This record gives sequence, structure tokens and C-alpha cells, in this order.
Amino acid sequence: MTALPIAAPAKRRVPARVLPGFNLTLGFTIFYLCLIVLIPLSALVFKTFTLSWDQFWVAVTSPRVMASYRLTFGASLIAALVNVFFGLLVAWVLVRYDFFGKKFVDALVDLPFALPTAVAGISLTALLAGNGWIGQYLEPWGIQLAFNPNGVVIALIFIGLPFVVRTVQPVLEDTEKELEEAATCLGATRWQTFSRVIFPSIAPALLTGFAMAFARAIGEYGSVIFIAGNMPMVSEITPLIIIGKLEQYDYAGATAVALVMLVISFMLLLVINGLQTWQRRRSGASS
Amino acid sequence: MSQTLTANKVQAGTTEARWIRRSLIGLALLFMFLFLVLPLAAVFTEALRKGLDAYLEALKEPDAWSAIRLTLIVAAVAVPLNLVFGVAAAWAIAKYEFKGKSLLTTLVDLPFSVSPVVAGLVYVLVFGAHGWFGPWLQANDIKIVFAVPGIILATVFVTFPFIARELIPLMQAQGSEEEQAAIVLGATGWQTFWRVTLPNIKWGLLYGVILCNARAMGEFGAVSVVSGHIRGQTNTMPLHVEILYNEYQSVAAFAVASLLALLALVTLAIKSFIEWRHAQEIQASASTPPEQPAH
Repeated sequence: MTALPIAAPAKRRVPARVLPGFNLTLGFTIFYLCLIVLIPLSALVFKTFTLSWDQFWVAVTSPRVMASYRLTFGASLIAALVNVFFGLLVAWVLVRYDFFGKKFVDALVDLPFALPTAVAGISLTALLAGNGWIGQYLEPWGIQLAFNPNGVVIALIFIGLPFVVRTVQPVLEDTEKELEEAATCLGATRWQTFSRVIFPSIAPALLTGFAMAFARAIGEYGSVIFIAGNMPMVSEITPLIIIGKLEQYDYAGATAVALVMLVISFMLLLVINGLQTWQRRRSGASS
Repeated sequence: MSQTLTANKVQAGTTEARWIRRSLIGLALLFMFLFLVLPLAAVFTEALRKGLDAYLEALKEPDAWSAIRLTLIVAAVAVPLNLVFGVAAAWAIAKYEFKGKSLLTTLVDLPFSVSPVVAGLVYVLVFGAHGWFGPWLQANDIKIVFAVPGIILATVFVTFPFIARELIPLMQAQGSEEEQAAIVLGATGWQTFWRVTLPNIKWGLLYGVILCNARAMGEFGAVSVVSGHIRGQTNTMPLHVEILYNEYQSVAAFAVASLLALLALVTLAIKSFIEWRHAQEIQASASTPPEQPAH
């Protein structure tokens, strides 16, 4: 028997907060959160304050860093858009149709979550390099998918796919067939039913999945660096800039760029949270 | 007669023509094949390119072994830490109402959206030679960054939300009536947790643990910043893969990578099993008449 002081058995009347452990669990949660996440992240902010505004500005807007932002955000945007299209397609096929091996395909969707990013990076490179399985057929046509920005986009598509599928899939499962039947009875074509009835109900989930895939892609490092070629100004992503500055012991510069990324990812997190609230409200209102 | 006709029409109106269905399935499968199956197949093919002997030889290497050992140690520390945190956070957030709850939930998610490289960097800033505690740590001869503790910390950071995220929605959906009943009937807090809550959340918990474990063993970016890349000492498996790959030891790199790919496959298999069991339990409890007790 554990002698826990919070579980006072003598109380006959049920108090408002009947379950014990509030102080313990909340206290531990906040303590651990501060220790692992908040204090280390605040070190980033304080370290940046040791720079003057001009130093900071030069560090985060030098041409090489600007080029890396363009690549990171551009490639992440393209990859997230591709994922919206194919993610919706895969979710649609998995929810609406029956085919051989469907369970296997469904399980495989999560592979990018489970496969270490470095492994994804080297195997995509092995496939797409000039002598690789796919690359050897593309090279005669002058198409190069590895060691340039194309490779970055492909690695980011791989990383982001499950986000869209897994946010759209449950919403698609919950859409009511009756609405579609009603639309059909009222004379709508299948495409009209999709674009006016089904699509509006899954749009919030699709947008959430897009934002999550985009946010993940911006910070991604492991899968990208093998396939990108990492040429300064051309195929160098922002996380790699941070690593490069660290290796040259330019801690202040690395911190400044990292702070920019941290602020952007925090804003994206707020956007995603807002989207999810919107999605919940939408699905709550419809049922 | 006319009724069945309308029914057929409606049926046809809620699905697509066969050729559209087939081409959508085909396109989805082609995409999945190109982006998921081929990379997975490439790992194993490249690893076995020079035969089974070369493959096994690469895995017997002492540096590979120490990388495997370090990866296991890191996961063995990081996953339990986040497990305890996940359960505590889910209990606090799902069972009670308090001010600042949504802020707390957002902050728990924060490590997911922070770039792994930034996650590694912040620990260098706190514990590195030029960091907050750097001089003190050096004076006391404690190494955190570029040593195993730093690798563990960075791994804890990137896998921080995994278990909490699985448990919070699950425990919110289940409510706290069962726990309240147990408490009113005289159970202590721990008894209630072990006998009532834990059986209810066990599948979600296991789900979170295996995902957390997969990420802990496979983390690359964050660990790469804090590891210092000392061969045989601070190299985890993903870092060892990188080193071998950059030294053009392709077979050896893919051999170690194939172990990580196997880990991913096992993770997916367990995940599917959990989903299947969970669905079965839901079905079983739905088919049991409510007036009869379950046992």
C-alpha cells in the first residue's frame, strides 16, 4: 500500500476535484517542460541578445543565408503542395475503395515517420544519383533529381507524406454518405458533389496537413543533406547553414539564424493549432 | 422495380465510374511505390550488393557494434523519461480544467516544430564550452555536450511530445468517470491509476512508446550537433551510417542502415497490430449487451 497523502479516504463528500494527483502531475509536467524545452530554448534567445542589432541583421540576411531561406521555404512549399495532392489521393483511395493489399498500403503510409531520416536520405540518393536505379534512366534525358534543389524537394515529399494522409483520412471516414446521396438525388454530378459537398468538409483537415508537412519540411535536415549536394547559394538548406557556422565556431551567427527558424516554427505551430481548433469546430457543428 | 433503379442510381452517384476508380487506385499505388517501396527496397539491395558475407562483415565491425550499443542505451534512457512525462502530462491535461491549459498543450507540442538542428544547438549553448554552464562543467570535469549525456538530452528533446500526444486525446475522450468511481469506492490514487486508467490507455501508451522509440533510435540532426562524432564513442547508428557513407563505404553504410530500416518495419508491424487489437476490442465491447457485465 502506498501512503499517498493526496488520497484522503476519510472524506465522504465528493469534492469538485475528486481525482488526486493534480499538483503532482501538473508540477512534474511544468518542471520537465522547463528543464528539457523552455530553458534550453531561452538560451537561444539570450545568446542572440549578446549580438548588436546590426550584427544580428548581417548574420541573418547575408546573401548565402538568404539563398538558403529561399531554397528551404520554396522546396518546403512545393513539397507540401505535392503532398496535399497525393496525400488526398492516397487517403481517398484508402477510405473509399477496396483493393488487394490495402491494409499493407495503409501501414506503409507511416514509413517516413518510422524510417530514420539519414536512412531515407542515403537510399533516395542511391535511387536518384546518375548511376542509381531511377537516375540512370533519367540521365540520358538530361534530368537530374539528385545533388540539386530537385533532390531537396523529393526528400521533403517523402518526409511530409504521412502528415496529409493521416489528417485527412479520419475526416474522410467521418463524412456522411447521406449528404452525397442527397446531392446526387438533387441532380449533382459526381464532380459537383466532390467539389461542393465533400471537399469543403475535408478542406480544414487538408490545410492542417499542409501546414504540418510544411513545418516539418522547413526544419528537416537528415534526409536532405545527402541528396542536396549542399552547394552554397544553390542547394544549401538553412539547418545546414547553422551546422556550418557551428563547425566554424561562429556560435553567435549560428544562434541568430537558429532564432529566425525558431520564431518561424513557433508561428507555424500557432497556425496549426488555430487550424485544428477550426477543424474541430467545423466537425462539431456538422454532427 | 423503379425503387431499385433509383437506389442503383444513388449508389452510382456516391462512388465513381470504374475506370476512374481504377486509375485513382493505380496513381496512388504508383506514387506509394516510387516514394516509399523503392527507397525501402534500395536499402536492402545496396546492403547486400556484395553478398551476404560482406554484409555480415560490415555489421561485425567494432565501431558498428559500439554505435548499436550507444543507440540502444540512448533509447533505453530517453523513452522511459518521456513515458513518465507523457503519462503525467496527459493526466494533468485530460483530467482537470485549469488556467493556461491550452498554452501548456501548445508548449508540449513545441519540440515537434523545432528543427532538430536547432534542438541540438540549444544544448550546445547551455552546456557547451562557451555556454551557460560550460566553465563550471569544465572545472568539475563533467562532459555533457560532445558526450553521451548530450546525445541523450537532444534525443529526449526531439521525442518529447510523442507519448503525451497519443495519450492526451485518448484520455480526454475517455473522461474521468471510471476513475472518480474508483476513488469514491475507496481506491487510492495509485490503485486507480494502475487498475483503472492504465488498462484503458494501454494500447495508446504502447503506440506512443514504439513511435517514440523509433524516433529516438533514428534521430540524426539533433544528435549530430551534440555528438562530436567520435568514432566508437559518441556515434549512434544514424551518425555511423553518415560517416561510412561519406567515406564511400557504401555496403557498410547500407548494412547499418538496413538494421534501422528493419527497426522501422518492426515498428510499423507493431503499430498495425495495435490498431487491429484496438479495433477488435471496440467491436467486442460494442457487441456485448450493455446490461450484462463484461466478464
